[in-house]
Amino acid sequence: MTMQQLYLLIPLAPLAGAVAVGLFGPKLGRGLSHWLCILGVAVATVGSIVVWRDVMAGARFNGDVYTWLQSGSLKLAIGFLIDPLTATMMVVVTFVSLMVHVYTIGYMAEDPGYTRFFSYISLFTFSMLMLVMSNNFVQLFFGWEAVGLVSYLLIGFWYTRPTAIYANLKAFLVNRVGDFGFLLGIGLILAWFGTLDYAQVFARAGEFEGAKLNLWGAAEWSLLTVTCICLFVGAMGKSAQVPLHVWLPDSMEGPTPISALIHAATMVTAGIFMVARMSPLFELSDTALSFVTVIGATTALFMAFLGIVQNDIKRVVAYSTLSQLGYMTVALGVSAYSAAIFHLMTHAFFKALLFLCAGSVIIALHHEQDLRKMGGLRRYMPVTWITALVGSLALAGVPPFAGFFSKDAIIEAVHASRIPGHGYAYFAVLAGVFITAFYSFRLLFLAFHGKARFDPAGQAHSHDEHAADRHDAGHEAGDEPDAHGHHGGPPRESPWVVTLPLVLLAIPSVFTGWTYIEPMLFGDYFGGAIVVRPEHAVLWEMKNEWRGVAAFVQHGVLSLPFWLALAGIAAAWYCYLVNPALPARIKSAIGPVYTLLDNKYYFDRFNDTVFAGGARRLGGFLSRVGDATVIDGFFVNGSARLVGWAAAMLRHLQSGYVYHYAFAMIVGFFAMLTWWVGR
Amino acid sequence: MFDAALLNIVVYLPLGGIALLLAAPAGQDAFVRRLTLGLMTLQLALVAWLYLRFDPTVAGLQFETRLPWIASWGVHYQIGLDGYNVLLVLMTAFLGPLVVAGAFTAIRKDVKLFYSMVLLIQFAMLGTFVAQDLFLFYVFWETMLIPMFLMIGIWGGERRIYATIKFFLYTAFGSILMLAAVIYLVLSLQSTTGITSFAFADLYRSQLPLDVQCILLAAFGLSFAIKVPMVPLHTWLPDAHVEAPTAGSVILAGVLLKMGTYGFMKLGFPLFPDATLAFTPAIMFLAVVSIVYGACVALVQTDIKKIIAYSSISHLGYVMLGLVSLNLYGIQGAVIQMVSHGLTAAGLFLMVGMIYERCHTRELADYGGLAKLLPVYSVFFAILTLASIGLPTTSGFTGEFLVLLGAFGAAWQQYELGSTLPLALASVAVSGVVLGALYMLWFAQRFLFGAAKAPHQPFGDLDLRERAILGIIVAAVFVLGLFPDEPMRKTELAAKQFQQLVGTSRTGVRAAGEPGRGPAASENGAPRFARAGTGSAP
Repeated sequence: MTMQQLYLLIPLAPLAGAVAVGLFGPKLGRGLSHWLCILGVAVATVGSIVVWRDVMAGARFNGDVYTWLQSGSLKLAIGFLIDPLTATMMVVVTFVSLMVHVYTIGYMAEDPGYTRFFSYISLFTFSMLMLVMSNNFVQLFFGWEAVGLVSYLLIGFWYTRPTAIYANLKAFLVNRVGDFGFLLGIGLILAWFGTLDYAQVFARAGEFEGAKLNLWGAAEWSLLTVTCICLFVGAMGKSAQVPLHVWLPDSMEGPTPISALIHAATMVTAGIFMVARMSPLFELSDTALSFVTVIGATTALFMAFLGIVQNDIKRVVAYSTLSQLGYMTVALGVSAYSAAIFHLMTHAFFKALLFLCAGSVIIALHHEQDLRKMGGLRRYMPVTWITALVGSLALAGVPPFAGFFSKDAIIEAVHASRIPGHGYAYFAVLAGVFITAFYSFRLLFLAFHGKARFDPAGQAHSHDEHAADRHDAGHEAGDEPDAHGHHGGPPRESPWVVTLPLVLLAIPSVFTGWTYIEPMLFGDYFGGAIVVRPEHAVLWEMKNEWRGVAAFVQHGVLSLPFWLALAGIAAAWYCYLVNPALPARIKSAIGPVYTLLDNKYYFDRFNDTVFAGGARRLGGFLSRVGDATVIDGFFVNGSARLVGWAAAMLRHLQSGYVYHYAFAMIVGFFAMLTWWVGR
Repeated sequence: MFDAALLNIVVYLPLGGIALLLAAPAGQDAFVRRLTLGLMTLQLALVAWLYLRFDPTVAGLQFETRLPWIASWGVHYQIGLDGYNVLLVLMTAFLGPLVVAGAFTAIRKDVKLFYSMVLLIQFAMLGTFVAQDLFLFYVFWETMLIPMFLMIGIWGGERRIYATIKFFLYTAFGSILMLAAVIYLVLSLQSTTGITSFAFADLYRSQLPLDVQCILLAAFGLSFAIKVPMVPLHTWLPDAHVEAPTAGSVILAGVLLKMGTYGFMKLGFPLFPDATLAFTPAIMFLAVVSIVYGACVALVQTDIKKIIAYSSISHLGYVMLGLVSLNLYGIQGAVIQMVSHGLTAAGLFLMVGMIYERCHTRELADYGGLAKLLPVYSVFFAILTLASIGLPTTSGFTGEFLVLLGAFGAAWQQYELGSTLPLALASVAVSGVVLGALYMLWFAQRFLFGAAKAPHQPFGDLDLRERAILGIIVAAVFVLGLFPDEPMRKTELAAKQFQQLVGTSRTGVRAAGEPGRGPAASENGAPRFARAGTGSAP
């Protein structure tokens, strides 16, 4: 098989699985369905690794496989661009996807929508691969929308739950707001470059550096600034940056495996990937980079705060994902694209791991997600506990775990940057380290340590409650994985299909940091896939101080972020294990702040009132006033009345009296005579 | 020659069908249904043959028939296929059997008459599309009105009389204006060139001063804009849809509305290019208003049919936007969008009919969680909803994406000429992707998801006939989304001709050789970098 055929096979294998299971799932049965999907994704994973090795050996590919349409000189094609950036994303996506596929066998075991779920996640893998492998903007947008669609379907997987269908609608709409910007950006690119092919656009980007627009009044904007900001708005939607972040926490309504795959490891990082891919454009606009930095820093810090006050285990991890996406965005803003991709990679592993651990806990506790009703689980679930500990250490940034290297690199890069807004960003990422460590260990301590707050004997009872609670929402229809409740008794470690992916994800969460930091950040790993201008080359400056992994760790241990992380862990330990009464006291002491955090800075309420409500009010107004009153009431029915009135007037003329008619004839005759004579 | 005869057979086949139906003995409803379906399928097969034979590399008419009709007026019977109408003819023929099959169980009153009306309207619609002579076009155009009027009036809902009168007044008002404009146009062609002709090709050569062009465009345009419909001439549509039987709604949304946009593309804009360019910002504004207005009003409707009716207004706004962009992919995108809307709206109206037959209500509030009650129905409905939103791999994406890119390209050119308004309008049009998702998904959410409820339970899921109808539509939606290249090629030369016609000044005032304004200057509207040098450089 040639490499080109392999490129084609990689996305098509999961698609084949998705289509087969989607159409014939119930007939194939559960076992065959999940093996078909797993086989498709496994083929893609192996293929991706082969491609990755090939690319590391210097192979590159950029070519079209199929012309989607042609209009005059505009050619829109489906094609692949295979370079180190793509290959890295392919490996991350397929590997995490494979882990999640295996995990799903255990997690969704009791769900009646089992085959549907497998079909969706394989379809997602296909879409995501098409997105990262694209060599042009159209296919990027294809993949962009397709992953959004699958995300919509999966958030609303339990479609009888009102909260789930609210969350998926919200996710889709917020992403569409991002797409609005993204489409404007694509439109601008086409209008100016006349093509949507990456290579051609990037090659000509320099020509447009001085191009100016004035959109309002006398203010002049750089063309590339406007374009990049428009594209970045798309990334803000997909990668959940403030203020388009509101959909991600709610997306936790979906089953946990997809929270790990889509809403932590892969889809939400599509925006990060996109900006890194567009680095030849973003590099030409300091203003756009500054904008990216500030948005990223805001997301990194303020979303981290929200992680502290959440009690739902999945929502804590969701807010941590938001915050970590903020870190990646900051890295993009300071032109440390490779650091962003590096963090994307390590984060994909440890965050998928944390979500899957959370899922493991959730099954063990029969769908209990409230941290306040957990505790002491490490005795019952050792594998989950150890892997969660690994994930938390990686997330908090403790050496030698992967997260330490990638996060520290970002912090150093921000420190070295001179882009406007870097001071704020540096403060935000530093403060974020403390909070990250605090909330991740708060989660770990509340779930796995301390006293057991669930009722080991009363599981059956709590299940009944749970069932009653969800009864209206579709339990009756069998939509919930509900058979766990029959077991009763204390929580038990999950089956191997659940723990194996945990272990396999824990391994890269440990080692990908020190093994890849040198090639990725300071070596020629990306080999031209990422472009950085000399004046933005923060990583280049860091490279001059690079003395190997050991020295980096040593330096890291002696610098502020590490101590902030340790302080965060210590604070969490004190607050939740040593002195559990403290958090409540703090909560009451900082009342208004807590209320603000608890309401997530009121973003949701604002959007509901202003945008959702506003659109409905506008529609209602147009319908009532525009359609009913003005057009129909005044013009349509009005003209009908006018005709009726005129007819009534004219009827008076038809009086039936001969002398009336004779009089009219005489007047008419004289009028015509006058006109004829006078002309 | 054979193919030209075939095109005539295609057009007159429905008339022959009516004769057969009327000859059929009374009480043979099943026979009448099957006969009509057979005729429509035969027609589709013939059209498909012609479509495959249609050569995309030939500019102008193919399979042409031209016979003298009323010699003293210069009227000819002239029909033919070209890049403007070939996709629309195919779509009309494609929807024919589906409309017939879709009404099998719904229509139980005056079956023979009903199918005669369906055949008559099919005849008139195909005739309107293939006519290449303005007189003939007008005759077919007016013929369409009558069966539609009767269909709503006889088989319609409770307020059908109000709806028919409103429909009739609106469209008759437009027709009268158009008739006056037709007469004036032909007379002026006669006085300036000495030719008495109704042929489109001759009329494209007419020379009229700008003010006359403006008046005539207004007259033609009003008639077409009512059909499209463009806000604020749209209020007949929701009423007509709500009262019409399913088949009527499908024909109305699927084909009849495209008569308006087709009219603009084939007649309105190319006949009066200078007026078109003068009015472009206004037309663009109305198109964008239609997109946003339709979407906002669709959001608050409580009647399922009205939601889809208002969504039609929004979607056809995109078509108008693509046409006035005068940009190659914008124009081609507009044609694709017409076909795409024909498929998705027809599919959605058929689905509304299917649920109405089961539950006898169109109130959205009466429904919920149909995904549980009718899983197959819900899958089809979800696919059509997503196509209507314009998700990639569906036809909706192809049309909407090209139109938006086209509008953007055109707006840039205007921007470079110093006008920022089109750019602002194009940006507002892009916001339609958010609004479209908002009303359509909110609708789907309340209709398909949540707790299951529906009146008149229990009822069965879709039967084989219904699955076949929807399966065919969904397949077409995907084909147009995944493989748009082939149909696009068939429209390319016509789109270029359209660009060229609209881009050439015909005021008869300018000196010969003076370049026409604007967008025809560069093929794809991709402007050069420097601001100077684009557009008109006299």
